[in-house]
Amino acid sequence: MSAFSAIGEGREVEQEDYTPDLEPQATWCPGCGDFGVLKALKGAAQELGKSPEEMLLCTGIGCSGKLNSYFDSYGFHTIHGRSLPVARAAKLANPGIEVIAAGGDGDGYGIGGNHFMHSARENHDMTYIVFNNEIFGLTKGQTSPTSPKGHKSKTQPHGSAKEPLRPLSLSLTSGASYIARTAAVNPNQAKEIIVEAMEHDGFAHVDFLTQCPTWNKDARQYVPYIDVNDSDDYEFDRTDRREAADMMAETEEALHEGKVLTGRYYVDESRPSYGEEKRSIGEMPEEPLAERYFDDSYEWERSADLFLDKHK
Amino acid sequence: MTDNELIWRIAGGSGDGIASTSQNFAKALMRSGLNVFTHRHYPSRIRGGHTYTEIRASADPVKSRGDGYNFLLALGDSFARNPKEGSVYGNEEIKPLSENLDELREGGVIIYDSGLLDASEIENFDERVEENNWHVYDLDLRTMAREQGREVMRNTAGVGATCALAGIELEWIEDLMTEAMPEKILEPNLEILHNAYEMVNEEYDVDAHDIKVPEGSHDEEQVLLSGSDSIAYGSLDEGCRFIAGYPMTPWTEVFTIMSQNLPEVGGISEQVEDEIAAAALAVGASHAGAKAMSGSSGGGFALMSEPLGLAEMTETPVVLIEAMRAGPSTGMPTKPEQADLEHVLYTSQGDSQRVVFAPGTVEEAYTQTRKAFKIAYEYQIPAIVLYDQKLGGELMNVPASVFDEEPNPSLGSTLTEAELEDAPHDESGKYSRFQHDVEDGVSPRSIPGQKGGHYLATGNEHTPEGHIAESPENRVAQMDRREQKLEAIHEELASQDEGHQTYHGPDEATYGLMTFGSSQGTVEEAVDVLNDQGYSVKSLGVSDMAPYPVEEVTEFIESVDEVLVVEMNASAQFRGLTQKELGQYGEKLSSLLKYNGNPFEPADIVEGFVTTIVEDEELTGIETKYVPAAGD
Repeated sequence: MSAFSAIGEGREVEQEDYTPDLEPQATWCPGCGDFGVLKALKGAAQELGKSPEEMLLCTGIGCSGKLNSYFDSYGFHTIHGRSLPVARAAKLANPGIEVIAAGGDGDGYGIGGNHFMHSARENHDMTYIVFNNEIFGLTKGQTSPTSPKGHKSKTQPHGSAKEPLRPLSLSLTSGASYIARTAAVNPNQAKEIIVEAMEHDGFAHVDFLTQCPTWNKDARQYVPYIDVNDSDDYEFDRTDRREAADMMAETEEALHEGKVLTGRYYVDESRPSYGEEKRSIGEMPEEPLAERYFDDSYEWERSADLFLDKHK
Repeated sequence: MTDNELIWRIAGGSGDGIASTSQNFAKALMRSGLNVFTHRHYPSRIRGGHTYTEIRASADPVKSRGDGYNFLLALGDSFARNPKEGSVYGNEEIKPLSENLDELREGGVIIYDSGLLDASEIENFDERVEENNWHVYDLDLRTMAREQGREVMRNTAGVGATCALAGIELEWIEDLMTEAMPEKILEPNLEILHNAYEMVNEEYDVDAHDIKVPEGSHDEEQVLLSGSDSIAYGSLDEGCRFIAGYPMTPWTEVFTIMSQNLPEVGGISEQVEDEIAAAALAVGASHAGAKAMSGSSGGGFALMSEPLGLAEMTETPVVLIEAMRAGPSTGMPTKPEQADLEHVLYTSQGDSQRVVFAPGTVEEAYTQTRKAFKIAYEYQIPAIVLYDQKLGGELMNVPASVFDEEPNPSLGSTLTEAELEDAPHDESGKYSRFQHDVEDGVSPRSIPGQKGGHYLATGNEHTPEGHIAESPENRVAQMDRREQKLEAIHEELASQDEGHQTYHGPDEATYGLMTFGSSQGTVEEAVDVLNDQGYSVKSLGVSDMAPYPVEEVTEFIESVDEVLVVEMNASAQFRGLTQKELGQYGEKLSSLLKYNGNPFEPADIVEGFVTTIVEDEELTGIETKYVPAAGD
């Protein structure tokens, strides 16, 4: 019997189940795109019948990190840029839990960029949502890794001299097996994409455009948006790495010309997740590791029996 | 300390198999009934460069490198650089012989490979030999090896010659070679071993010197292992089945042993992108219900500061291993030092709430690593095992019974689902994971996936349910509770039957020596020598760095007139910690420091003590440095 009976319980869940009584009202600014992520996540979790107690939501620091306060589940509000390593280890220790990591564009593409690259490369079975508002919000409006070139802020008074980072392209080259972009202003698509990301057996990266009405007033509200999977103007095979790469490049460039392209860009269903890879080479147990600590009948190995002979 | 000992030094080039040859040799001597202790010296280089391993063997207990050594086997360096005049590293080819003469004792034996080393390249070699009454055997080991096998087997020829000259029975070596070598190379090696042994016996008077292996016997079965082995086995026996790391010398040894053994016990090892990730993974795995560890050496541990603080604030149990090496910055990567004490105690922002143990011996490395896991999981706090390149790499024999212990896979203060049903929750059903008023400050935790256990873990200050909160009342309650855990741990450590502090020497003495971590064995040998010489000295090796054993140390300092604090660093960090924790004794504690890249020899400490404390004279030379007590 599992020591974690919330896992796979399959009970009926309401969206309200994810709303904590103590902090039912989020403190994001009026008009903030972050509300869109919260709503989409609640909708997706409910649609998939995920109970709050089989979910672990790991966040970083910034406005995005407050997602943990407004989404009721097991949560780990970590430190700036480090949600991914915490999240992926939790998944390895107990593959039964539904692991979601989330953070802002500074958190994920800046300070945590190395973890993003390697988590994608390893293809952990988890969902990573990046709140991309092209700005540092909580620290009051500094230029971020995705801010457009020339963007002025208090720390870049003459405008940023840097080209913005290309999050979708980076994700693809790093090895993510599901890559999508959605926007807070597109709630239906956002929910569908998060459902797909959670269902995907591998590293699913969702670049979520979240407008910042306070510090990024110049930026678009990400409307009108175009779904590249629905529009006749865009033809590409999202299972083809090269075609996906071209579509991503076009999307990243279009954003800075005021054109908001969204949708699924790359989906590889054939690649095994990291956990599967590790199990297949005998470097990860078949039964979730965390269960073992609650199993009174498990016979724990002793160094004296297994490893001491070679020292004699 | 012992008069009858063989200290064999095998010297050569990095990558020439010095480590494996010396390990077999040490094990052979252990099996023959002797106590052994090894000391390694090696460069930060894959191939080439002067390296040696010293094996000290005696019928009496040995717990340190000795004072110098008495038997040299100088092999060639296959990858030596032989540069133009004036280059900074000099001619490396001759170093296996030239670099090892200063520490060779009078009357010592030298075997050198005349096929690769030319003694005439060493200035005044013959004069030095005569002056020191050394017995020199120039043997063409290279040719011997080449004739029967391959040139790299010259190590074996050297071991055969050593056995002949030191009176070691060949069967001990043969057995080990048979166990360790694949068949293909075994046969030529055995042949080379025998031929070299017989040739020396036939052609030389092997009794021209008196450096012979002693005879000894053990009361019980022994095992030969290093501090790194002990740390790994301690972790495994505590049910640790998850490690995350990034390679860095000398921590890599523990990481390697764990990675090789974990698959066999259904565990998981993760080599990750950097040490920030490594520590964060350990935190994540522990949070999700595994017993987890990570570790690094100084520079990598610096990157772990933030996840360490996160573990403290979220009260996630985790064990971190810190293998010190000479710093600052990249420092001297393969050389020992004890200069990360303050780094480990104080890194990460805010008030630190962690436990730090610095084991003094291979055996303590096992027991204290186990204790680190117990404390970490019981009190939901990071526990750090602080050791160094010296303890990590030196091999010594320990009774096998030390490891004959039951495993302890307990997750400590963690609830089951059944227990969660009766635990306090808030009105919306969140589990009160961080309750204000709980015994010893420990509020039991739940694990994701458990029904009735969900809560928010956050690095922000938080309410009992984990909501981010900044009210002064809650802040003080939570901070006090976390601090209360340290007091409880202090009490638990103070009340255990066998504490982590190690006393040596007479109960009553005029003077005290104090040290921490891996210098303990050497200090104890120095105490024995000093008492033999008529000085009244005892020692205390401290392992509990945090919480600090205030009562025990106070009692020790009170019991003597003066204390010399011995540590391998330049800024007297352990003495500073002691004075900070005790708030007094500045005028009673002076320091003997060594930070030249080599560990203390007992004689360094004997000389340092006699010169500074007894004779009140200045220390000269670069081996050690004396820092007087306040007011002196």
